Formats: sequence, structure tokens, C-alpha cells
Amino acid sequence: MANIAHEMKAIYVISYRELRKFIREKSRIMGTMARPILWLFVVGGGMSKLVRPVSGISYIQFIFPGMIGMTILFASIFSAISIVWDREFGFLKEILVAPISRFSVVVGKAMAGTSISMLQVLILLIFVPVLGIRINAPQFLLLILSSGMLAFSLTCFGILVASRMSSYEGFNIIMNFLVMPMFFLSGAMYPVKLMPPALREIAYANPLTYGVDGLKNILLASASGTPMGPEYPAIVDFAVVAGFLVVTAVLANLSFRRAA
Amino acid sequence: MSNISVNSLVKKFGAVTAVDGISFSVEPGEVFGFLGPNGAGKSTTISILCTLLAPTSGRASVGGFDCVRDADAVRRSIGIIFQDPTLDNGLTAFENLLFHAYLYGLDRRAARKRIDDALSLVGLDGRKNELVRKFSGGMKRRLEIARGILNYPKVLFMDEPTIGLDPQTRNLIWEFIRELKKNTGVTVFMTTHYLEEAEFCDRIAIIDLGKIIASGTPSELKAGLQGDTLKLSAADPKGLESEIREKFGMDSKINDGGITLTVKRGDEILPALIRGLSTKITAVSMTTPTLNDVFLSLTGKNIREEGSDPYGPMRSYARKNHGGH
Ligand SMILES: Nc1ncnc2c1ncn2[C@@H]1O[C@H](COP(=O)(O)OP(=O)(O)OP(=O)(O)O)[C@@H](O)[C@H]1O
Ligand SMILES: [Mg+2]
Repeated sequence: MANIAHEMKAIYVISYRELRKFIREKSRIMGTMARPILWLFVVGGGMSKLVRPVSGISYIQFIFPGMIGMTILFASIFSAISIVWDREFGFLKEILVAPISRFSVVVGKAMAGTSISMLQVLILLIFVPVLGIRINAPQFLLLILSSGMLAFSLTCFGILVASRMSSYEGFNIIMNFLVMPMFFLSGAMYPVKLMPPALREIAYANPLTYGVDGLKNILLASASGTPMGPEYPAIVDFAVVAGFLVVTAVLANLSFRRAA
Repeated sequence: MSNISVNSLVKKFGAVTAVDGISFSVEPGEVFGFLGPNGAGKSTTISILCTLLAPTSGRASVGGFDCVRDADAVRRSIGIIFQDPTLDNGLTAFENLLFHAYLYGLDRRAARKRIDDALSLVGLDGRKNELVRKFSGGMKRRLEIARGILNYPKVLFMDEPTIGLDPQTRNLIWEFIRELKKNTGVTVFMTTHYLEEAEFCDRIAIIDLGKIIASGTPSELKAGLQGDTLKLSAADPKGLESEIREKFGMDSKINDGGITLTVKRGDEILPALIRGLSTKITAVSMTTPTLNDVFLSLTGKNIREEGSDPYGPMRSYARKNHGGH
């Protein structure tokens, strides 16, 4: 990397492009925001009538960290998949023929996914007061940091997958066999501890479980030790997500370099 | 020193040899054309030259830098207009160009100035802030050309720059290339299968099945052929034929209502014939050889048989409807 300023500029413009397009397409923002909000109020609100609050945490509050996780998961993977679009529509060539390193391309794409995810997380956080959850400034910062790490690692994970996809047809397979199972087996809707053993094993191996649990540690700390609260110590969640981030970042770079 | 130099370049895709040991060089300021039918290996050569593909064997350098070992330096010295569209339709014209400018390390101020200049050069200044999605095929192509020159390349690659465009836009683009060459001295490497277009190039190489089968200036190549064909119509073709043989010592073929003969310099002989013949001539015509005749004489087939381009219509379709998301 001969010229850091030049590479930074490239990283900036690669992520700016996607953020710009995301903000421009109002329908896309509505579409992606509708999902967690609907789940939160339709599923969460409905279940709250069936599930009794535990330590003062209602079901709708219980799934809120999971909804943040879901938002990040979908936004990050969807953003990373844009590599496949870029390849299909030729724009990737414009990027690949430019005098910038492949590393910067991957970082730019990862930053794009992260910022699009974070934008949605911020919108979702508007509901914190409505849901009767209280957070202070340090908690808010921790929330941003954890969400940011999770978003970055999931986007890298998406880039890793997208580099290996040759066409957009694989998208449905990814959605149905990777993204949806990751979501359902993450403790977002249901405590991992209470899952049937076979599913529980899968949930343990699912990095999103620790991402969501990290958010529970921030938002639902008062319910620790109950099924409604976080299941692992915050430090474990942090370590797993950080490890996941490093591994996916390295693999995303290797796999993109090979595919490009 | 040559701006592009290619030596025994080979590229294989599995069993297919797309580029089969070609060598050529392009001098600074030249417009060099690659003329060949579908699948000849034109785009593959460009991909190697612009560092997107690694050659199987052989060497290529651009701007004095090796395309494999010094890929980054090559990338800094080139601009490229790909055969298939590579714009982001979800961005405006300005944003597409700004993206490019930043990828090439320009700062904001320089970028803005160059973008304005480039847009007015290709006549798109009024459309700066419009989404590319709303552009016509020709406008998109012009925008791609503006983008290609934004980083002031030493060598500009253009892979079929005018394919799928109407003649008017095609002429506009050619006008632009000529101006660009005159004003900036940029070296242009372009591919085409339009014969008229190859005529504009300073030098061309004719490529078929991955091999260069002829190269030179367009007139050199055509001069290598037998020459011009003259057609003279007369009420008495037989008389005309024998008079030409007697007076000029040339053999001609008699056909319906006249004769045809092939000569080296039709432009000089035709007036002499008309002056010297007493047989009444009712009509004359002369056809000079085209590059297609050159191709035909070398390979026994036409570069572009009518309707033989299976991708042609699809490409213009792709250009119209596909250019992005
Ligand atoms: N990525 C690839 N994988 C396999 N084969 C390829 C690939 N790219 C090109 N080829 C093959 O290499 C040959 C040359 O292709 P190329 O695109 O260079 O031709 P071209 O001269 O540009 O043709 P056209 O005028 O149609 O653009 C063709 O037979 C093509 O099928
Ligand atoms: Mg081609």
C-alpha cells in the first residue's frame, strides 16, 4: 500500500456509494425497517400477552436485542451480496481495474455494510423509550460498539460468501439455508438454554448468538440469571464476536482476492 | 519506447486458446485498432493489457510497465471503456465520475473541475445530476468515455466503443477520439468489428482465432490486395472488351451489359480509359477494396456476415436494459 491517503479515499468512496444508494432508495429503507418493526410489535407484542414477564422483562423487551441482531444480520449480508450485483452488472470491473489494493475494496465494502446496518440500528433505537427500556450514555456507546463489531463481521462473512457466488441465483439459497437459520438459532426469539438439545448445539456454534447475547447484556442486564436475560458473561460475547470479526475479515480478503 | 508492447502472448481458458501467441507494439500517440470477428480474442487481449487477466504465457507491457509484475503502475496509466456497460445506474452521472476520480486518488477540487470538463467534452453537462438509469444507450456510452479519460490516462483502451449505437452517436464518438488524440496525444487501443471504424485508425491488426493475421495501416493492407474493380457498361460489351485489350493491353471480363476489370490504381486508369476508348460507354463505377476484402482474402470468410453476430443484438439489448441496478 504505497499511498495510504489514496487507499483511504478509495475505501471512503466505495462505502459512500452504497450508503448514498441506500439513502436514495426510500422504498428500500422502508422495506428493511418494516421487517424488525413488524416482528417487534406483531410477534413481540402478541407474544407478550401469552408470556408472563420475568423479573420485570416482558417478551417484547426480550426480543428487542434480537431485533437489533436481525436488522444487522439482514442489512450486512444484503449489503455484502451487492458484490454479486456489481459483478453481474459489470461495475466490479470498474473497481478492479483501479489502482487500489484488493484489501481496500474489501474494507470499503465492509464499511458500507457496517454503516448501512448502523443507520438502521439507530432508527431502531428510537423504540427504546417506547418499549420501556432504559439506557444511559455509556450503555448507548457500548450498544453502538457491539452493533458495529457485529455488523462489520457479518458483512465480512457476507463478502466471503458473495465472493464464491457466481450469480445472483444463489441468493435465495443463502437466505433460506444460512441467514434464516442463523437468525432463528441465535436466541433472538427464544432463549438458547431452553432450545431442544440438537438445536442448542447449533446455536452455540452460531456467532450471531453471542452478538445478540452481547446486546442482551447491555439492554436486559437486570434479568441476568433468568431465561429473559443474557446467557453468557459479556466478556465471552465480546471475545467470540471479536474472534469472528478477525476470522471473517481475513477470510473475506483471501476469498475476494481469489475470486477477483 | 512503445506505449504498448506485446510479445508472444497466449491466453488459454481450459481447452480454448483465446489468444494464440500474438505480438505487436503501439507507439505513443497512435490510434491502434484491433479488427476481428466475434470470439477472435480482442477483449481477452484487452483484459490482459489492463491487468484483469493473467496471461498463460508471453509478456505484455503498457506505458513501459509489465502488466503482471507492475500491475499497479499499469493501472495508474490507463483508462478503459469496457465492451459491456460498467456504470452504476443507481448513481448520477456526477457520482459515477466522482467515484472514479477518488479511486484514482484525485482530490475533491481537482475531481470537480475534471468532471465538469469531461462532461462538457462529451456533451453531457446538462445531465450532470441525473440518474444514469434515465440515460439512453448513447448517453451512457459517452459517460463511460468521459469516465475513461478522467484520470488523464497515457493509454486509453476502448473495447468496441460504438457498438449498438446509431450512426450519429458513432460519428460523435469518433470526432471526440480524434480531438482527444490531437489535444492530449493519448495513445488509443481500440477493438471493433465495424470496418468503417478501422479505417479511422492509424494502424490496425486483423485478428482471427487468437492470431494476428495481418497488420499495417489500413491503406497498406488494402494495397496488398489486387486492387480496384472497375465496371464499365456499354451497349457493345464485346467490342469494349477487345478495344481495351488492344489499346491498353488489359484483360477484362464480359458480363451483362458491360465489362469488369481489376486494376492496381483505378483512380488513375479510369480517366485514361474514358479518354482513350472509342466504344460508347453508358456508365462507369469503381469499387476500392475494403478491409473486409482483406479479411476475406486472408481467411476466406467475411468479418461480419449479415446476421452472423449472435451477440450483436443481445449486446445492444444488454446495453439498454442491463446497465446496473
Ligand atoms: N472467462 C472466459 N472463460 C472461458 N472462455 C472465455 C472467457 N473469456 C473469453 N473466452 C473465450 O475466448 C475466446 C475469445 O473471446 P473474446 O471475448 O476475447 O473475443 P472477442 O474478440 O472480444 O469477441 P467479440 O467481438 O464477440 O467481443 C472466445 O472463444 C471466448 O469464448
Ligand atoms: Mg469482445
